[in-house]
Order: sequence, then structure tokens, then C-alpha cells
Amino acid sequence: MAKRIDVSDLNVYYGSFKAVEGVTMTVEPRSVTAFIGPSGCGKSTFLRTLNRMHEVVPGGRVEGKVMLDDEDLYASGVDPVAVRRTVGMVFQRPNPFPTMSIYDNVAAGLKLNGVRGKKALDEVVERSLRGANLWTEVKDRLGKPGAGLSGGQQQRLCIARAIAVQPQVLLMDEPCSALDPISTLAIEDLISELKSTYTIVIVTHNMQQAARVSDRTAFFNLAATGKPGKLVEVDDTQRIFNNPSVKATEDYISGRFG
Amino acid sequence: MSTATPATAVARTRAAGRPGSPQPSPALSHKARSRELKNAAARVLVWLAFLVALVPLVWILWSVVSQGYHLLLDSGWWTHSQKGITARRQGGGAVHAIQGTLLQGAVTAAISVPVAVMTAVYLVEYGRGKLARAVSFMVDILTGIPSIVAGLFIYAVWVTTLGFQRVAFAVSLSLVLLMIPTVVRSTEEMLKLVPNELREASYALGVPKWKTIVRVVLPTAFSGIITGILLGLARVMGETAPLLILGPYTKSIATDLFGGYMATLPTMINQDRTESLQPAVDRVWAAALTLILLILVLNLAGRLIARLGSVRK
Repeated sequence: MAKRIDVSDLNVYYGSFKAVEGVTMTVEPRSVTAFIGPSGCGKSTFLRTLNRMHEVVPGGRVEGKVMLDDEDLYASGVDPVAVRRTVGMVFQRPNPFPTMSIYDNVAAGLKLNGVRGKKALDEVVERSLRGANLWTEVKDRLGKPGAGLSGGQQQRLCIARAIAVQPQVLLMDEPCSALDPISTLAIEDLISELKSTYTIVIVTHNMQQAARVSDRTAFFNLAATGKPGKLVEVDDTQRIFNNPSVKATEDYISGRFG
Repeated sequence: MSTATPATAVARTRAAGRPGSPQPSPALSHKARSRELKNAAARVLVWLAFLVALVPLVWILWSVVSQGYHLLLDSGWWTHSQKGITARRQGGGAVHAIQGTLLQGAVTAAISVPVAVMTAVYLVEYGRGKLARAVSFMVDILTGIPSIVAGLFIYAVWVTTLGFQRVAFAVSLSLVLLMIPTVVRSTEEMLKLVPNELREASYALGVPKWKTIVRVVLPTAFSGIITGILLGLARVMGETAPLLILGPYTKSIATDLFGGYMATLPTMINQDRTESLQPAVDRVWAAALTLILLILVLNLAGRLIARLGSVRK
């Protein structure tokens, strides 16, 4: 299921503002890649280009190539909607649909795309909730509103919702930043389990988290405010945290940064 | 008097002080005292303003209820029209006017709601650049149109230009002009309240934009939109000026939107308001109370739907 992502020479713009410049990197399938870096360095922006979500912001556009296995996501004729079915996303703040029950939230991706049949949906909902380690907690109240769950449960509900459409890649934009340590741990355990099936990319401000969950780490930085963010280096997480090849990475990781 | 309580309470606490507690230094206590005085003064002022604002409201309600309620208790009021009843005679009801007001309101809503809601969806979800600004500007202008101008405009189109008769449907058209801008504005506000994160969550599942709007955004804003519609409807149902121009009064029940006259509560009130005979005067008060009640019911219905349909926690 999992696919490899190959990015070459990617520039990201909001209108005339260049937010991210010259990113070239590979995201390996069935692994966790973490993006770290100071605020405003473009990690989230870059993440959102991987499923063409940055385009929903007016003026958002890119130059360069993003290859998903052997398909260019930005080739003309590629439907962004189809890209997003292949590359799923979990957001910073848990955002279950407030009008929908737990069941409907998980089934939303399929239902809204026209999948019918209660039996098939039941199966997907159970499988996705199990996959998100939420099944035992909610199986008796699937009809209750999703917004009634705790923050950590809501985030796992959002992960269940994202994997219900069986994406190839799962993007996570600071998925734990709004959660307490216990819920964070639950999500991190979940990420380790999910990586056997999916390609996972996670943006995080928590360096311990990057060290704990990721196989590879990419460090982003920006020269100054108003300048575009850049990829400084990407390597095995072990290497980045123990023996990075760039001085700035070491400074950032050891907390000696600006 | 209740307005004086906070001030006297403050004064009492000041005078007594707290037994056993050390006296604050003069600098500190001086500051606190002047601030508390200002606070008390502001509180009295706010209460007074509130009471002043309440006076006309209570006055209106009291005079309408006290002079209109007895006719409403008569079941004939709700079942009979004014057919064959002169100002001199008692009796008859308002069912012709109630029916007319409801019917014209329903037609108005049936035309305005789809147009207004879709306009709001355009403005919030799609509108960018010049066209959106132009549409928004037009809505602003429509909001400011006096109701008599809306009535005259429809008269110019419907009667003068197209040569039709003054009928109930023309009244509804003029009310549409008044209802659309209010519903557009209220729906817009409700759609803006829907967090962008929900739209993004839906896009990220590979759901197209139009389906995101229909299945995620509109349901989330549903109760607010309904409330706005009912409030807009309540407002136009009390409009009088276009009715005077386009909807002549009749004493009989009429249901034809495109032929003949149709009575409404505002025109019924207007009909007899210059009469000095008591039976007619009573009917004016009763019709006014009926109109207030009708709008009150609509408002309550709006609130009820808002509560039932609101996002469940």
C-alpha cells in the first residue's frame, strides 16, 4: 500500500511570497519521516504540498516536482481531489465533524464519496477504529457525537477517519501539539504501528517526539523572517540527533538556537 | 429601588471596614475608593439606560395586550373573516388576514431563501475579487432600501410596465427584495463561523469542494441559518408599506395569489385605524396583538430549531 515520495527542486509560493525554496528529498515507504525546525520555516507548508492541500489557501502554488512512486502530483490533468484520497492528512487540532456521530465521522470519507452499503461501511469503521486504537473505547457509543470525546480520542478519531479511505501516505501536521502527554503517548504508539502499512510524514515541534517515532528526520530552517524556508538536511534520525553533518542542525537540536 | 443597592452596599462595606484587618495605607485606599465610586456610578448608569430602553417596549406591549386580548379569546376571531361586518357591528374574525399574511410570507420565503442562501455560499466559499465585492456591495445597498421603495419598484415593474393587477404575488415579490439581504447577511455570518479546519478535514479526505459545502459546511451552520431565515421572515411579515401599495385590503378570505385582493394583518390594522366606532377600534388592537403573537411564535420557533439542531456535544 505504501508509496515512496520523491520531491525535487520544489518551491512553494503564497501569491508572490516564496515560502519554501528548493526542497529535494525522498520519503521512504513504510517508515516515519519527521520534519523539525523553528516556527515559520515552512515545514507545514511543505507538508501540505504533498497532498496539494496548500492550494486551498488562495494564491498557493508550487514549482517543481513531487513524485508519488512514478506519478507526478503536479502534472497537468492530475485532480487534487484524487491526490488527497491517496495522501491522507491529520491536522494539528483534532477536527471531527461536529454534526456527525463517531461512526459517521469515520465513514465520512467513504460516504461523502458515494460508497453505500451498511455492511461494507460497518467493516471499514471497525477496522479503522481498531487501526487507530480507539475501537474498545468507543464501540458501545458509535452513535454518539464525535465532538463529545476527549482531545486525544478525537485525534485518534481523526486518524481513523483518515485511514478509513485507505490512503497510501499519511501526513500528520503536529498531531500531538494540542494533546496531553498520555494522549501523545497513545498517538505515538499508534504511529509506530501504522508505519508497517503506510508511509508516514509527521511535522513536530517536539524533538524528543521526532527522536522517538521517526526513522528519518528532515531539518528545515530559514535565514531570516520574510525569507523562504529551506531544507537544511535530511538523514537517519539517529544520525541527525547524534552526529548531524550541518552545524545549524546541531545547534537547533541541542537548544543553542537563536 | 434596586439600582441603588450596589452603591449603598459599597458604602456600607467602606464604613464598617473589616474587623481585625489592618487598615490599608492611605495611598492604596484612596485609589480603591475613587475606582469603586466610578464603578458604582457606571453601574447605576447602565441600569438606568436599560430601564429607559425598556419603557417603550413595555408600554407598547401593555397597551396592545390590554386593549386587544379580549377579542382573541373569542374563538370566532380565529375562524371567521370580516365579510359583511361593518365598523358599527361587533363580531367577525381575522382569519382572512392571518391566512393572507402567512401565505404571502410563505411565498416570500420560498423565493428568497434559495436565492439568499446560495448568494451567501457564493460570497463565503467561492467569492474572490471584483464580482464578489460587487455582489456584497449590492447586498449592502439592498439592505438599506426603504420598504416603500421596494413596494414602488415592484409596482413600477408589475403594474406600470407589465400591466398586471395588484395581487398577492406582487406583494411577495416586494417582500423578497426586503428579505433577501437580511438572510444573505445572517447566512454569511453563520457560514463564516464554520471553522476552516472542518473544510480542510473534508478536503483531506478527498471530498470535492461542492460536496464539502453541502455535506459538511451547511449542516454545521444549519441551525444558525434557519434562525436567520425565521427572523428575516418575521421582519418582512410585519412590513406595511409595500402592502399599502400592492395589496389592497378585502374583508373576505382569499387564497388566489394571482387574482383579486388578499387581506393581511397590517392592512387590516390600517383599514380601521381611522374609525371612531368602538367595534372597529377593538379589532385594530386585536389585529395588532395577533401580528405580534404571530411574529413571536416565529421567533420562538427559530430559537427552538436553533437549539434542537445546534451542534451536539
